[in-house]
Amino acid sequence: MTPDILILAQEAGEQSKLAATIWDGLSLGAIYALLAMGFVIIFKATQVLNFAHGALAALGAFFVASFATIIDVPGRWMPDAPAWLTWSLAVLLALIAAAVVGMVLERLFLRPMVGEELFAVAIVTLGIDIVVRNITNDWIGTDIRPLGDPWGTNFFDLGLLRIAHTEIAQFVVSIVLVVGIALFFRSRTGIAMRATAFDQEAARAQGINVGKIFAISWAIGAVLAAVGGIFASTFPRRIGVDQATAFFAFKAFPAIILGGLDSIVGAVIGGFVIGLAEAAAGTYLEQFEFLGSGFGGVVPYIVMLIVLLVRPYGLFGTEEIRRV
Amino acid sequence: MGGGHRPAAVATTDHGGTMLEVSNLEVVYNDVILVLRGISLEVPDGQIVALLGANGAGKTTTMRAITGLLDVHEGDITKGNIIFDGVDITEKDPADIVKLGISQVMEGRRIFAELTVDENLRAGAYTNTDREKVERAYEWVMELFPPLADRRKSTAGYLSGGEQQMLAIGRALMQDPKLLILDEPSLGLAPKLVQQIRDIIVQINESGTSVLLIEQNANMALSIAHHGYIMETGKMVMDGDPEKLLKDEDVKEFYLGLHAGGERKSFRDVKHYKRRKRWLS
Ligand SMILES: Nc1ncnc2c1ncn2[C@@H]1O[C@H](COP(=O)(O)OP(=O)(O)OP(=O)(O)O)[C@@H](O)[C@H]1O
Ligand SMILES: [Mg+2]
Repeated sequence: MTPDILILAQEAGEQSKLAATIWDGLSLGAIYALLAMGFVIIFKATQVLNFAHGALAALGAFFVASFATIIDVPGRWMPDAPAWLTWSLAVLLALIAAAVVGMVLERLFLRPMVGEELFAVAIVTLGIDIVVRNITNDWIGTDIRPLGDPWGTNFFDLGLLRIAHTEIAQFVVSIVLVVGIALFFRSRTGIAMRATAFDQEAARAQGINVGKIFAISWAIGAVLAAVGGIFASTFPRRIGVDQATAFFAFKAFPAIILGGLDSIVGAVIGGFVIGLAEAAAGTYLEQFEFLGSGFGGVVPYIVMLIVLLVRPYGLFGTEEIRRV
Repeated sequence: MGGGHRPAAVATTDHGGTMLEVSNLEVVYNDVILVLRGISLEVPDGQIVALLGANGAGKTTTMRAITGLLDVHEGDITKGNIIFDGVDITEKDPADIVKLGISQVMEGRRIFAELTVDENLRAGAYTNTDREKVERAYEWVMELFPPLADRRKSTAGYLSGGEQQMLAIGRALMQDPKLLILDEPSLGLAPKLVQQIRDIIVQINESGTSVLLIEQNANMALSIAHHGYIMETGKMVMDGDPEKLLKDEDVKEFYLGLHAGGERKSFRDVKHYKRRKRWLS
């Protein structure tokens, strides 16, 4: 080979490496964005910093594994139905279960804390995190539980990119959810939720049932966490839900901090920035051996630390979190 | 508008012509601070009733008790009851009270600054599930407040103080209330705006809504009220028709002229007033 061709080949390699990194970052970022969005909705509407969000993501993914593969409901009752249908129904059941868990947690542990300090309530959610994570891990056991999704490890090549079918599904679902939530916020209940987020007492003065709004926001938050957990537990991220899923989901926190705790737009952008940073670090910092392998996974936390130091309210957050 | 000369709108329901009846109400904050010491007041059907009093008299507390919002402030009703439109609403949920037909304009406006004008109004219509009624209420609010009509899509936080007060009143009208309670709507507004708000309250009342108007601006309130109450450290110290109150020497001295511009009484005035209150009650 002449040197020219070598350089060309190298350049092509660099380009595809860059393209793959960006694609990977976006796809990772979409997961963080979903998780962060759920967290921010709960925080805005109920003033609860939900540290159990990662645990809810893992639990949601485990629900899917349970319905789709472990207990095989509703699949076992409809043996002739196509796999995509039974799987979709299993996911639907899992998301309903996640929503119910979110509402029950809110009603039992967080409603009694209304009016308490932000910090005291956050501690309660840390307790919930420990309990939910332990119960979920107990159910999961030491195995990796596949979610039984119809996409499996299929992929196709598009120019320089290798694209997994799950990633396509993930982008479609993310876009649908973001648009859906934007529309929801313009509905009667959505407006009531934003009003409650802005001024609880004034919202009650309009006859808005704030308790109902809390329940709905926890249901939405838990469902978004579950969807994030599902995509975090499928190819190309992982091959199922296991005890590490909650930790993976925990990486949404840097995205939340970066976006600003109380901004939904910030959560989405923060999610993508963190996803891209993690992917880039994974690709380009691997060569520095002293950093060890898997350094990419640490980068979100480094970004979070820097954000906390220079701009504690994030890129889009309210400068001063006003609350009782 | 002449004070108290207008005939009250005809009573529509069979509760003896009384829209709201507060009897012997006692309210305690934090289990210890007795703030309302057995007050009674009445809003007859279709009338405007003024509730006057200096800072800290207990006017806002009275409104919170009526509308069910004491709990957020750690307040409790320890005695007495509140009958609205024939229904006992003492200790009822704020949402139920709104559904029964009481709307409020809170002290300090409390509009949802991050929402648009339209969204604020839709939030106000939360319990009003009748689409046609909401549509009619919306059109009426736009008629009453032309400045809002021009700014439907603006973020409410960017409105001027006067426009925010209009929005707060408009929002309260969206649930089509039988009784509207306003807590110091003239506060912090220029005299011209105070007049505008006053005229709008009259218009609202003439459309059939009973009004309980809480004010420190006695001039403004008594000029449109059918009846007035004066409150002083948790007690009703005087009540009567506006002419009588306007002629009363004590009321003149302490409530009139001191804040004709709708400004808050100065701290010194308040202290002065408190010192003299013994012979007043
Ligand atoms: N949450 C609370 N806890 C304890 N005391 C309170 C609380 N809210 C009000 N108070 C006290 O109750 C009394 C009456 O207050 P309230 O707000 O009802 O007066 P007001 O007549 O509305 O005064 P203003 O004209 O200043 O609005 C005041 O002495 C006030 O300090
Ligand atoms: Mg007050």
